[in-house]
Amino acid sequence: MTHSGSSLPDLPNCTSTAAPMSEIRSPPPDRVLEIVLENVLHFLTCRRDRNAASLVCRSWCRAEALTRSDLFIGNCYAVSPHRATSRFRRVRSLTVKGKPRFADFDLLPLNWGAHFSPWGSALADAYPWLEKLHLKRMSLTDDDLNLIARSFPSFKELVLVCCEGFGIAGIAAVAANCRLLRVLDLVESVVEDADEDEEVMDWISCFPDGETHLESLVFECVECPVNFEALERLVARSPYLKKLRLNHYVSIPQLYRLMHRAPQLTHLGTGSFCASDDVAVGDQELDYSSAFAACKSLVCLSGFRDILPDYLPAIYPACANLTSLNLSYADVNADQLKPVILQCHKLQTLWVLDSICDEGLQAVAATCKDLRELRVFPGNTREEAEGPVSEVGLEVISQGCRKLQSILFFCQRMTNAAVIAMSKNCPDLVVFRLCIIGRYRPDPETHEPMDDGFGAIVMNCKKLTRLAVSGLLTDQAFRYIGMYGKLLRTLSVAFAGDSDQGLKYVLEGCPNLQKLEIRDSPFGDAALHSGLHHFYNMRFLWMSTCKLTRQGCQEIARALPHLALEVIDSQEDKADDHIEILYMYRSLDRPRNDAPKCVTILQ
Amino acid sequence: MATSASAYENDIKNLKATELTLGLPGTHLQQNVPIIDQEKSSASSSSNKRPLQLSHEETSPAQDCGSKCSNIAKNTDDDAAPPPSKAKIVGWPPIRSYRKNSLQEQSEAAGGIYVKVSMDGAPYLRKIDLKIYGGYPQLLKALENMFKLTIGEYSEKEGYKGSDYAPTYEDKDGDWMLVGDVPWDMFVTSCKRLRIMKGSEARGLGCAV
Repeated sequence: MTHSGSSLPDLPNCTSTAAPMSEIRSPPPDRVLEIVLENVLHFLTCRRDRNAASLVCRSWCRAEALTRSDLFIGNCYAVSPHRATSRFRRVRSLTVKGKPRFADFDLLPLNWGAHFSPWGSALADAYPWLEKLHLKRMSLTDDDLNLIARSFPSFKELVLVCCEGFGIAGIAAVAANCRLLRVLDLVESVVEDADEDEEVMDWISCFPDGETHLESLVFECVECPVNFEALERLVARSPYLKKLRLNHYVSIPQLYRLMHRAPQLTHLGTGSFCASDDVAVGDQELDYSSAFAACKSLVCLSGFRDILPDYLPAIYPACANLTSLNLSYADVNADQLKPVILQCHKLQTLWVLDSICDEGLQAVAATCKDLRELRVFPGNTREEAEGPVSEVGLEVISQGCRKLQSILFFCQRMTNAAVIAMSKNCPDLVVFRLCIIGRYRPDPETHEPMDDGFGAIVMNCKKLTRLAVSGLLTDQAFRYIGMYGKLLRTLSVAFAGDSDQGLKYVLEGCPNLQKLEIRDSPFGDAALHSGLHHFYNMRFLWMSTCKLTRQGCQEIARALPHLALEVIDSQEDKADDHIEILYMYRSLDRPRNDAPKCVTILQ
Repeated sequence: MATSASAYENDIKNLKATELTLGLPGTHLQQNVPIIDQEKSSASSSSNKRPLQLSHEETSPAQDCGSKCSNIAKNTDDDAAPPPSKAKIVGWPPIRSYRKNSLQEQSEAAGGIYVKVSMDGAPYLRKIDLKIYGGYPQLLKALENMFKLTIGEYSEKEGYKGSDYAPTYEDKDGDWMLVGDVPWDMFVTSCKRLRIMKGSEARGLGCAV
């Protein structure tokens, strides 16, 4: 590390005329201040604070780089692995995010990118002491997992969210080799199906014998059977295990055994929550509620993948202590849900299917006064005239759950009045995501667009940072967003707006906007142009099936050299200049060279 | 519900497609109107707000939706909700595939049979509901629209003549078969996934053993 030219004042007691201390050498005078700074900076944990500190001057930048142990890379293509590891030398924990969120909805071609391999090799070289790796929407192979398993002797934590490309063999390698592993969380990731002929690898048996350090084991998304006896033995020898989320191959009698082995659990994903096929109903039924009574520390329940509703009452003993309940894979009706909800007084997070109906939401509103986060997912994804939840449910929740901070609500119909009511009743809202499944649906009562509802949300919810809009929306909605959405960081738009003006309002009005994802809306080149002043401040912009042309994108690319504009087109010969997808992000490095044929990166 | 009533009527009308006849599949194509178009024609009378491109939505992500979108946005006087859509919009509603796949089990109980469709060389995988097609002619037409190609005519001996593409499927036993080899009902229950093969591989499959 080279020093800057600046000289620091001589500090007393730091001269070499002090009494000789052969073991402890005084640092040279110009390093003292840096060492003091490094010690102070150790206390800074928030990455925004660290970014600010690094901008003060070069020595602060150096000191901050040396002391940053948690590195967050929001877009894996914004910076090359080499640049990241060169600047930050002592990273122990790394988070990398890859594909844009719309990849979750099959809008991004296969093999688009976000390959972990280049990061893997850079990390193995630069950070042999690496302890934690969190990856989201990255593509990683079994070889990558093998590399992770063998390169980091102190490795403690692996969290993979929405990743794909790997299989059981990779997971087994991590289990077998990471002796200090505390956390192995596989969340909504696609684990490659084994070939029909090959036997499914028993990765649970790959954990070493003896007591483990495991604190969290999450494998709900692993789509293959597990060796239950091995799992039971593993749980029995994992005294620190607090979080266990099982896949749907674990039956309820098996769950019973596991819960009795691990009464210290705080977070439980219950697996299938039904009997396995070879158990006849009416056979000696275990008292499943005793298992829930035994686990006195349970605060978070999820799973219920193939639930037999008859078993739901088994969770009653745990309800009073629950702060988080995820029933969003459970097809249970309102009558079955209500007795559960009515006992969950401490609930802060609730995820359900819309089978809860408006009347179930009424029970939530009446009981869950502490609710902070609600997600209501659709059981039926078709565009229908009516659905089980509606504006009635939303309004009732807004009246009962005044502390609500985050909501994701799928429905078939919604009124402006209900949305306005929520904007007034729930001033703490930070995240408001409303998805009216029928595209271009107006307010069914007034036949007006949904502009006023969303306008009220941005106007009244002063803490709002994330917004997703739907229904029939004109440019007026975007005018409201531009006017009032001053803290907005993430905006999702689909099938909305009239003209370029809509997007202009947003790009000109929202100074904190970092993530903008738009699909099927009539915004074109002129609208895109209005954001030139802001694009370097954004993590990304996604526009698909809009009115952008290659020419328009080319102009942006020329104006902003540190912006990567990826034009993605699945069709080769196009009659006109219109493009399918624009994915745009700032990048400090040369454009990537791992893109598939359908991606063109404009310069 | 309106959905199931009209679906039932459509099924009755399209039963003809599943009849065993001596003629080649596809010869009665002119008589059968694919379900998607039937819905569109009944829909257009009751709602002028329904996006016109709906029936083609699943075929091409590259829409010039500009003019259509602004036209639709102006129709605020319509109070009848658009009729239920059977065609699937890619990526809508925005639910992760992982969650959608879990739901499929429920919708399979409700009557949908979803299979993945891939085409050699195409960057996207699609999913289609086999239940919405009355028979091979509609399925093939939908595939042609989806991937913008011609599949040609089926013959038992020579497979799909007249094109570089052959639609194939993997059945419950893991075998790859040519679409059309078995009666439609048997196909619907045994098909695990579809793959549109291209080139010589496709032609090779066409030759009966």
